[in-house]
Amino acid sequence: MNWFYIKGILILCGINLTAVLGLSLLTGFTGLFSFGHAGFMAVGGYAAVWAGLRMGLPFPVALLAGGLVAGIVSLPIGRLTLNLKGDYFCIATLGFGEAIRLVLDNVQTFGGARGWAGIPVTTTLFNVTLAAALGTFVMVRLVHSRHGRNMIAIREEELAARTVGINALKYKMMSLFISAVYAGVAGGLQAYYLGFLQPKMFSMTRSTELTIMVIFGGIGSISGTVLGSILLTALPELLRAFALWRLVVYGASVIFIMISRPEGLMGGKEISIAWFRRLLRPVGVGGAGGSGGAGGAGAGGRGVRQ
Amino acid sequence: MSDILEVRHLTKRFGGLTAVDDVSFSVAEGSIAGLIGPNGAGKTTVFNLMTGIYKVTSGEIMFEGKPVHDLDPHIVAEMGVTRTFQNIRLFRRLSVRDNILTACHGRADYNVADSILHTPRYRQGERRLATESERLMDLMNLTEVASSRASELPYGLQRRLEIARALAVRPRLILLDEPAAGMNPDETMQLMALIGRIRDEFACTVLVIEHRMDLIMGICENIVVLNFGRKLAEGSPEVVQNDPAVIEAYLGAHEEVSAHA
Repeated sequence: MNWFYIKGILILCGINLTAVLGLSLLTGFTGLFSFGHAGFMAVGGYAAVWAGLRMGLPFPVALLAGGLVAGIVSLPIGRLTLNLKGDYFCIATLGFGEAIRLVLDNVQTFGGARGWAGIPVTTTLFNVTLAAALGTFVMVRLVHSRHGRNMIAIREEELAARTVGINALKYKMMSLFISAVYAGVAGGLQAYYLGFLQPKMFSMTRSTELTIMVIFGGIGSISGTVLGSILLTALPELLRAFALWRLVVYGASVIFIMISRPEGLMGGKEISIAWFRRLLRPVGVGGAGGSGGAGGAGAGGRGVRQ
Repeated sequence: MSDILEVRHLTKRFGGLTAVDDVSFSVAEGSIAGLIGPNGAGKTTVFNLMTGIYKVTSGEIMFEGKPVHDLDPHIVAEMGVTRTFQNIRLFRRLSVRDNILTACHGRADYNVADSILHTPRYRQGERRLATESERLMDLMNLTEVASSRASELPYGLQRRLEIARALAVRPRLILLDEPAAGMNPDETMQLMALIGRIRDEFACTVLVIEHRMDLIMGICENIVVLNFGRKLAEGSPEVVQNDPAVIEAYLGAHEEVSAHA
């Protein structure tokens, strides 16, 4: 394996991580399933390329513009669909994702189904790592604020959340908006890495892939999201030795995790400094008394219990 | 004493079924009032109408002189009315501390940018929320189980946590929906003492739905009796207990009544 190949996989990990982080806020912390986030990636990708090539904005600004456009697109969609109960929202996002893809297929301004080629390859391992790290940092801080806690409350018990004064629609919209911004930035990173855009890249399969990464990593855990997206991006590549069987092994390992750990890899727990301390502590001493430090680091203050 | 809550000609229809039929009553500020009636009398529907979960068909609900019907539940909560649920609805996977901390959210006003940058406003706000939730857990004797998952608590404690979470909203009127359901006599006694303390220490008016007559008769100053969506009687425990219509609804004087109840 040469460095160029490994670097490529790492960049893909960073792109996926950025998108999955946003989706993790929506699915893992707010409890809303989306099967249309590839649609937001598409919007962000095309908008970022438009901003960069047609408007001549510098790369970071173009990426943010892509994220912002995806976020703005999410607002009317959220307003229309977030009043729907669980499953209906999921179906609405599925429809949105497919609609975006079909629109892009048919609008010739963006190259239609042939795609948009000749995008300068600007995404490097350095800037994708920077974006993913910044994204992780922001997300960790967000979920440990009252805003994050309100979203978790909606996931846990929406009716009760509303009766303690949480504006459920507002927080669901906020969660969808932020997740769309993350997806949009990821879409921009992807466009500037591959050097071309094609509506086909943003199919429902792509959306499903993102959702699988969230669930695989564990609902309501940022560390799980990071682990899940890196493992599931790298796994198909590591399995190339199995040739034709690699996708079977990929599917089987996802099913294996779902059966053995239905809550996902991390299942609402976080890897934190307190967690490492716990690991290093001799066996048998770690009693029932939850250490105070874990509270601050766990998702929504949940400590790690074994 | 003035009335904190006034229900006027409240009616709720679900299709052909009239769940609440022209019910009027009022609750005095600082009192403990009871709402009783056989199963299906429309008690929980009244709570759902008061907290904005259902929209009223007609009539009005005035809280401190302002209408609260047909508002979103979170706005009703901000105005000072909150509730517990018949089938406990906790944030099950969160710790006791986080259940209360979450409900305290209205006490801090920092925005998303503050949380990401950890500005002084964020730190102050978080400190205030933490102090407030510790105080509440202390008052409600939940400090010992602060780190336990809500779903792992014994039943009685889950009920108490739900009340504590409602109090975190700083309500001026708290609606308790069958708080003693599934409790043993000992736990019920504790609950009665607790409800009295809530009224005194949190300066909060209490309206409670309950089937346990010992509890209702023991703590309520005023009782409203519903049957088939209509108000049957209202008054002090003595008055209600001796009301022939109430006795009939509960024990069934006629065949047709007992068949329904």
